[in-house]
Parts: sequence; C-alpha cells; structure tokens
Amino acid sequence: MDDYSQFKATYFTECDELLADAEVQLAALDDGSDDPEILHAIFRAVHSIKAGAGAFKFTRLTEFSHQFEALLDRMRDGRITVTEEGVALLFRAADTLSAMVEAARTETPLEDDFGQDLLTEIAAMAGSETAPAPASGPVAAEEQTAPSANDPAEQVTPIYRLVFSPKAEMFKHANEPLLLVRELKTLGTLTAEPDISHLPPLAKLDAEEAYLSWTFTLQSDCPLEEIEEVFEFVTEDCDLSITLLPAGDAEKQGISRENGAQSAAAPSGQEQQKQEEDEASSVAPANIPTAAPASPAKTAKATTIRVDLDRVDRLVNMVGELVITQSMLSQQTSTLPTDHYPNMVRGLEELALHTRELQESVMAIRMQPVKSVFSRMPRLVRDLSAKLDKKVKLITKGENTEVDKTVIEEISDPITHMIRNSLDHGLERPEERLALDKTEEGTITLSAEHRGGRIVITISDDGRGINREAVLTRARERGLIADGATLSEDEIDNLVFAPGFSTAEKVTDISGRGVGMDVVRRNIQALGGRVSIHSTPGHGSRFTMTLPLTLAVMDGMIVQLGADKYVIPIPSILESFRPAPQAIKRLPTGQTLVHVRGDYIPLCPLGRIFRCDEAETDPAKALVVLVESEQFGAVGIIVDTLLGQQQVVIKSLEGNYKPVLGISSATILGNGKVAPILDIETLYQLSQAHLRRETRPAPPPPVAPTPAPPPSSNPEPPTFAG
Amino acid sequence: MSKRVLAVDDSKTMRDMVSFTLKGAGYEVVEAEDGRHALDTLGSGVIDLVITDINMPNMNGIELVKALRSNPTHRSTPILVLTTESDDSKKNEGRNAGATGWIVKPFEPEKLLKVVQKVCG
Repeated sequence: MDDYSQFKATYFTECDELLADAEVQLAALDDGSDDPEILHAIFRAVHSIKAGAGAFKFTRLTEFSHQFEALLDRMRDGRITVTEEGVALLFRAADTLSAMVEAARTETPLEDDFGQDLLTEIAAMAGSETAPAPASGPVAAEEQTAPSANDPAEQVTPIYRLVFSPKAEMFKHANEPLLLVRELKTLGTLTAEPDISHLPPLAKLDAEEAYLSWTFTLQSDCPLEEIEEVFEFVTEDCDLSITLLPAGDAEKQGISRENGAQSAAAPSGQEQQKQEEDEASSVAPANIPTAAPASPAKTAKATTIRVDLDRVDRLVNMVGELVITQSMLSQQTSTLPTDHYPNMVRGLEELALHTRELQESVMAIRMQPVKSVFSRMPRLVRDLSAKLDKKVKLITKGENTEVDKTVIEEISDPITHMIRNSLDHGLERPEERLALDKTEEGTITLSAEHRGGRIVITISDDGRGINREAVLTRARERGLIADGATLSEDEIDNLVFAPGFSTAEKVTDISGRGVGMDVVRRNIQALGGRVSIHSTPGHGSRFTMTLPLTLAVMDGMIVQLGADKYVIPIPSILESFRPAPQAIKRLPTGQTLVHVRGDYIPLCPLGRIFRCDEAETDPAKALVVLVESEQFGAVGIIVDTLLGQQQVVIKSLEGNYKPVLGISSATILGNGKVAPILDIETLYQLSQAHLRRETRPAPPPPVAPTPAPPPSSNPEPPTFAG
Repeated sequence: MSKRVLAVDDSKTMRDMVSFTLKGAGYEVVEAEDGRHALDTLGSGVIDLVITDINMPNMNGIELVKALRSNPTHRSTPILVLTTESDDSKKNEGRNAGATGWIVKPFEPEKLLKVVQKVCG
C-alpha cells in the first residue's frame, strides 16, 4: 500500500495548474508589477512541483526545479534584483519546467543535455555557488552505512550508555520523553534508570518543568546514527551523551534478552498530565469520516472551473425533461411484443440506464460537502463563547457529507441559529458546570450524515437541557396549548419551535432577537426538511434536522387512488401491506387505527381526504402504506394499489399553481399527466382536520403541540387529472 | 480512539500522500490548504498532531506554528513542519517558532510514519 504512484495523476493535474498559475504571475511580473507576492507565488508553484517530483523520483525534474527554485528564492528575498533579462530567463525556465513535466507524464526519456544550457544560465544568475546539487535525500542516506559500532568482527552485540536530561524547552516544543524512550526500545534491549533526585515536592511541582533524567543502557546492533536519530528533534532541548561501552560489559550491566525491567515509568509530570488530557479528549469522539477523498470546499483553484449556476440549472432542467421523455417512451412501448423489436427494446433499456446515469452525474455537479458551512462554525463558537464568558469546545463530524448546493445555501442560517441557541441557553457557565460536576468546558457537537436518502444534521450540547416546567408555563401563557392538556416530554420540548416562543428571562443579543425557532422550523420545512429537538434535563439537548439531498429529483412510489395517481417519497415509506379486517379499529372520534405488531397506527383515508369517490376506503380491501413522519411517527396511508417505483422530477406547486395542504410538489409522469407528491407531515394534520369536519359538531380543538398549519390552510383537494 | 492528524499543505498531491500514508496506518486525517484554513478547521477542536508545509499562501507554516503555540489548547500539540533539504534555515525557523520536529521532502511512507510515531505515538 505504501505506494505513491497512485497520486501521479493528481500530481500532474496539479502541475498543470501550478504552471498555468506561474505563467499568469510571470506575465504580471513582465508587466512591471513589483508586488512581492508574485515572486512568492511563482516560488511556491515551482516548490510544489519539486516536492512531488521528488516523491515520484523524477530525478531530472527534481534537479531542474531545485535550481529554478533556488534562483526564485534569491529573487524573492532581494539578493538578486529582478531585471528584464531575469524575467525573460524565468519565462524560459518555466517553459522548460513545463516540458519536463510533460516528459515525466508521458514517460518520455529526456536527452542528456536537455535544459543544461538553461541550468548554466540559472546558476550564473543565482550566483556561482549554486552548482547543480544532488537533490534527492535517500541517495545521500544510503551512503551513510557501515557504522564503526557495527563491526562484524565483534561478535558481541554492542552496548551503549545514554545519559538523557531533557530541558523544559522540550515540552515547549511538544516533544514527549516517553515516546523517545519507546522508540529507543525498538532498537534493542533497553534498561532505564531514572534520576529523580531533582524532583520537588508535589506542591511545588511545575508540570511544565523538566525534573527527571535517565541513564539508559541499550544493547543493540543498530548503527550509532540510528540511535542519534531518535533524539533528532531534541538535540538542543536536552543534554545527551551516548557512549559505546567496551565489549564484555554486558554481564556487568545485567542485561538479559528477556529483560522485563523497563523502568521507564512515566518520565515526567508532563506525561501524566498529558495522559489525563488524552483520556479527557477521548470522551469526545471526533470521527472525521475517512471516506471520499476530501474535495475541500475552498481548495484547488484550478481543478475546478467556475460555471454560472444558471447554466447548471438549465442542464438539470433539461435532464429532468429527458427523464420524463424517457419514462414516457418506455411506458408507451411496454406493451410492444419484445420478440418483434428486440433491438428497439434493448435500445430503450440502455436509454433508461444512461438517462439515470446522466441524471446522477448532473445532480453530482451541484453536490457540495457541508464543510463550507461547518468550517464557519468554529469561529462563531469562538466569538460567542468569549462574549458569553463560557468555555465551549466544538466538535464537527462528517464535514465531507455532500448535499445539493441549494440545500447548502439554506442550512447555514438554521445551523448558526441552533448553535447560538445551544451556546446561549443550553450550556452553563464554567462555575455552574463545575458545581454540577461537569467539565468546565461545554461541548457542542455538529455532525452530518446521509441516512435514507436524506442528510441528517445534528447539533447536540452537554448543557442543562430544556426546562420543561418553564416551557409549559410559557406555552400556557401564550395560549399555545389547551389548559389541562397532557403532553409527552418530546412534545413539550418541541414547543420551542412554536411561533414567538422564547424562554430566556431576558432578551440577549445572541439568540433572543431576530428570528425565533419558529422561523427556523418554517425555513427548514420549506425545503422539505424537518427539525426536532430532544432533550435530557441536566444532560443536554439535541437538535436533529433532516433535509432532502436535492430539491430537484427524488425516488417516488407511484400509487393508484381511484383514477388518480399520487407519488409517495420512497425515503418516508416503511412498508406496505393489506391489513386483516380484525386488525382495524375505529375510535369514537371516527379515527381508524391499524394494529401492527403491538402498535396502533392512525390511518389516513387518502380517497376521502382528496374527495376521490372511486377510491377504496376499506383498509382491509385496499393497501396500507406505512410512512414515517418526523413529527407524528408512523402513519398509514390507504391507497388502492402500488404501481411502481420511479425517479421523479420535482416541479414546484407554488411556482406553477398554488400551495396545497398535504401535497409538497408535483411531477410529470410518463403519460404526460401530473401526479401530486404527498407531503407526509401535513397529510396527517389534514386528515385530522378532515375528521373533525366530518364529525361535527367539532370537539374542543385537540392539543396542537406544533405551530398551526401553514397559511394555505384551506384544505382544498387538488384538482389534478391523474 | 485513533489519533487525529491535521495535514496542512497547499499542494493537494502532498496532502493526499500524507493522508494516504497515515490513514493506512490507522490515523484520522483532516486536511487544510493553508494556515488560515487550518486554524478555521481546527477551531477549538482536539487534534493530536499537526503536519504543515512552510510555503503556503494566506498564512504560511511558520505563522501557523506561532499561532498554534500561542493558543492554550494547542500549546502542547506536536507540530511537524515539512521542509526540503535546501531549507536548513527553515528547520531552525520552525523550531524557533515552536515546532516539534520536521519531515524532509521528499519522504518515503515509512519515514513519515516513523516521524509521526516519534512525536505522537
């Protein structure tokens, strides 16, 4: 696996970008610009090409770029004045570099003297001392073999004595004595004798001071250089002496192969403190998914091209139309006898396949990792925690999860708002936390993941959770709930999304002003998303926000209802079945329930709601499609039959008609007719409203833990000819 | 829990190589393309090791090391700077800024792993 050749393609693409960039910078230089950044930029480009070339062992390229870079280095720090001839030379050097990159890419051998003239010129300009130097390290390293200590004439394994006294500077550079001891141990048989004579009493111990020193005895065949290399980074931060003991000292040293007495007990207080920190930090899981090689949002100026979003949208639309045409074609031809037109049938199958692939590729153009939004949050948390005088650690997970660009643009505000909310209302002040036996520093975790064709974003904190008493009192004051109504804990928690709700004693300038959580919820719902909160008093709250990955297409189940066809979003479907007559119960309110594995699930008689008279209303004769609603749990939708699964292009209802309760949007089916896409969340509310109308005089309004239905609450049945 | 490494380099090839090698050895790797981006990415989050290039736009590696060392959270986080042999002065500059050690480019995967283990276990 340790093979870097797989990165060659990336490297060459990057070289192209770097060379193109260098070209632009050179042109600016040629125009007489004296911006120092120009030379820095060219230097970086050549430097990057060199670094990669070294890794792939393109010797000639490495050597050339090394000289080129050396010249640029002198130019950028002013040791050489940039003259007209100098710029001309840079241009030519860039051309040669480009040719060498090309040769490396195509694996074309270069002539021996290729670029030599230029190297001479570069060397002349850079100063006489830069004669071509060997640029690859490994070669030099290979020469340093055969250490004196490893004389094969000596049959006895050499023994070294090392006296190692770290200085406090070592900790300042974050070097860890224990790790060095461990590394030393890998070289041979090691014993350690700590010198604790300088250790002060515990009360006077400064965790950042170095008090200990060790005497190691190492029996090892490895060359002295390798032992010295262990201390490579700390030579200036410690006192170290390494001496080779005369042969025959082994017995005196008491070294034996099965030596278990490695007394390298915790080298310092620092180490112990660090271990504690490690333990503390391990409580907070910080899983950055290692999937999908990061396509960093801000990276790669030139691996990407800028395309006007309108153009992409046009493309997406056209592909949408193509999908409709394709499904129309396959529907029209589905009745044709296959054996008469084998080629056409095969062609149509391929068309279906390619259309799907094309659509996926086009949708992928618009997909972006949520990183671009997540990366703004650490700053927000930093600023806010300072302002609120709280200590907060933000952990982000799943930054590389991708969603459609339109969704990305819309999630930033809700996430910001919810994080503010957690910071302001959820997390306690440090002293309060300490009194509660919590860590002084609160934690907010922001994570994203794909689940069931949707993106799920959660924001959780380990703060005080929701004060349900306060929420209930406030909700009663505001008349959001009926007196005497009993609400489940989750229902109470979710009252925070009710319009105009705020439990903060006073309005703070962090989250108490501006939009409320009700607006957050409304905005998320407008995107076809849901948001809910789950809270454990004393232990924190968790906001969960789920959104569709894209707003342009979805997988739908086409269902028949009388003469009409409707679409149910596949991700919401749990199962479908025909219930036995005895599994169906009717409540005095008129609500029918179906008994499924011990649960009673409310049924939505779709035919009655949408006034479709031909539709079957007896669940035992029809089909029940069980769907999961974010707000109300499972709901059963009664339909005549399932027609099949299909990817549908979403057409906005608001844009083309007007909003209709129970329907989120519409699509065009293969036969050219419009089919409404059901909105599972509002459908249940609609069925409740329908029930109340049917059983008038209406009973007192039931508990409405959620905001009233959207403005278009006239449950007008859609008038589509399905 | 696997250790988390932040790899900072404006070259995607370099980031890919570091990332590939370390992920193969069980580390988690977070990437950033320059110092500024690294600080943004890091925030107050926990990281076990930072590997950074020196020559980068926006905020170079030396400035990044200084910024990290002046932040209490990252004061004792090991930091390795990526240098080239011609950059002996850079090694010292890195050290003076507070870097823990260095890796010389080009590097072999084994060498990278060895150095990483040396400073963060």
